[in-house]
Amino acid sequence: MSVTRSVGVEDEPVGLELASPRGRRPWHQPRSLAVRGLLWVVLVAFACLFLYPFVWLLASSLKPRGQVFDNALIPKTFVFHNYVEVWQRLPLLHWLFNSVSIAVIAAGLVAVSSSVVAFGFAYFRFPGRNLLFGLVLATMMLPTAVTLVPQYLIWKDLGLIGTWVPLFGSNLFGSAFYIFLLRQFFLGVPRELFEAARIDGAGYFGLFWRIAMPLAVPAFLIVFVFEFQASWNNLQGALIYLNGGSPDGFTVPLGIAYAMTKFSPTNGGHGDYQFVMVAALLVTLPMLAVFAFAQRYFIEGVATQGRKG
Amino acid sequence: MTAVATSAPAATAPPRRQRHNARETRAAYLFILPWIIGFLVFTVGSMVYSLVISFSNYNLATNTATPTGLSNYRGLLDDPKVLQSLKNTLVYALMAVPAEICFALLLASLLNRVTRGAGVFRTLYYLPKMTPSVATASMFLLLLNGNTGAVNSFLRFFHIPGPQWLVDPAWVKPSIVLMTLWGVSGTMVIFLAALKNVPRDLYEVAELDGAGPVRKFFSITVPMISGAIFFNVIVLTINALQVFDQAYLLFWRDQTNASPDSSLFYAVYLFQQAFRQFDFGFAAAMAWVLFVIVMLVTLVQVRVGNRFVYYEGEKSS
Repeated sequence: MSVTRSVGVEDEPVGLELASPRGRRPWHQPRSLAVRGLLWVVLVAFACLFLYPFVWLLASSLKPRGQVFDNALIPKTFVFHNYVEVWQRLPLLHWLFNSVSIAVIAAGLVAVSSSVVAFGFAYFRFPGRNLLFGLVLATMMLPTAVTLVPQYLIWKDLGLIGTWVPLFGSNLFGSAFYIFLLRQFFLGVPRELFEAARIDGAGYFGLFWRIAMPLAVPAFLIVFVFEFQASWNNLQGALIYLNGGSPDGFTVPLGIAYAMTKFSPTNGGHGDYQFVMVAALLVTLPMLAVFAFAQRYFIEGVATQGRKG
Repeated sequence: MTAVATSAPAATAPPRRQRHNARETRAAYLFILPWIIGFLVFTVGSMVYSLVISFSNYNLATNTATPTGLSNYRGLLDDPKVLQSLKNTLVYALMAVPAEICFALLLASLLNRVTRGAGVFRTLYYLPKMTPSVATASMFLLLLNGNTGAVNSFLRFFHIPGPQWLVDPAWVKPSIVLMTLWGVSGTMVIFLAALKNVPRDLYEVAELDGAGPVRKFFSITVPMISGAIFFNVIVLTINALQVFDQAYLLFWRDQTNASPDSSLFYAVYLFQQAFRQFDFGFAAAMAWVLFVIVMLVTLVQVRVGNRFVYYEGEKSS
């Protein structure tokens, strides 16, 4: 296997490998400085690749009218006024208010309801538990398209089309993935803690509220942040439930889609697309702020997803 | 993680002899009641409702469904757009899923090899995942512009003539794949977590046997993280079959669509039929066909996958 060995990372003599003191170098870290340097170059290149669209977004948002489709990374003239004008052209403040409100309600509701249900599945032994939990997991496989039409009709029958309620209403009943995630956390709580609390006279709700919940705060935050993002991103729901009304009632995704059409060059927008870029940047910032705040929870939450299988 | 492993046998062991405490049972059902209500209304109820509508003609004005038998399903076969959109969606999934798996695995392997600065890179790579899909689409609309877009400028630098990404029917799906790859970091993080769990002595033994990095990757890394690969393939496939936002924003937002045939995805057509044409019966039938397809694909993947996935629990034989 001399061909593969010549790649350079592992081609030092075996004796050296055994002689090298353990612990000084993490096992997966390449030895030679050249390889480590190359690795860094590749990682930095990928970082640039991932960050470039943001730079482009920032640049485009500062371009003057009609030049936004020009192929220049640095605008010929910087039009900071775009940032002022966009507030007059688009009801951004309304969109932000609507989206933040809906996302907070949606995330709060689903985190609380999923915690309650997850505790039910984690703590108690009751007939039908395995069957019901199997059903919880099965619903994760259900394509949203199947329930799209009937759910619309349900909300229509309740006279709630055009209100915010359809965008978070079903969150009141928990959500399969979050129930699963929180149940895993509750299962990790030592049972002795609950038994001790029982002896001290705590009721079942007390166990949940005073013992389980305080310990599950990190998981609760993961769920909150995940659902906040999902809600913040929800274009299809807004298209279905809010599209008919005035632009003031739009959420951020619906608003941007509306602006994309409004300022599209094919639609008589004459290259005022820079306003879309400003708006896109402004609506990304809150998510990035949330991420900066809850980064650890985010990445941990995603990482635990893969351990389901 | 250990919680899953240890709780599973306890949960499946038949507790038949164990008496269920009536008070505890009542409390338990009270705790899971929200989910039961939601399940009955929004899952079972919705599915039954949807099935009924799919066999009927729904009149929005009078709120009535007139049974029409199989006519909606027959209509699916007669509508060339349904087949076209299905084909587009499957082709897209076949391109996107392998590309995402390979790219995410590459990034995770690279990140797994550095210790200093790994957190910084991981965070930078994760940023696109935090960008709302509308913002991503509005950016890529410019980046993928055939004449002035950054992607083609980059290619021109190497004297490669870039395609008309969003106009040329052949490049519509690769365009969306490219956008998807930009936000691949969720998958990457799952791989990264799996890579961290591979025991290091396996590599040491392989090194003693003279295995090179490529050999080690395919003989140790891939089998050891096969569970994560399997999970990601299933999740990404389900997502790909339902792709909506990108296709809607790039091609169907306004009605002047340059390449209608190649950019019509199943979920977009379903959405149009339901909420633009208000043909709920037809849309419901489409939804059920999608449901069956997703189930079949997942089932095949689970069948095939189980043969190749290495589970840490079953070490014997």
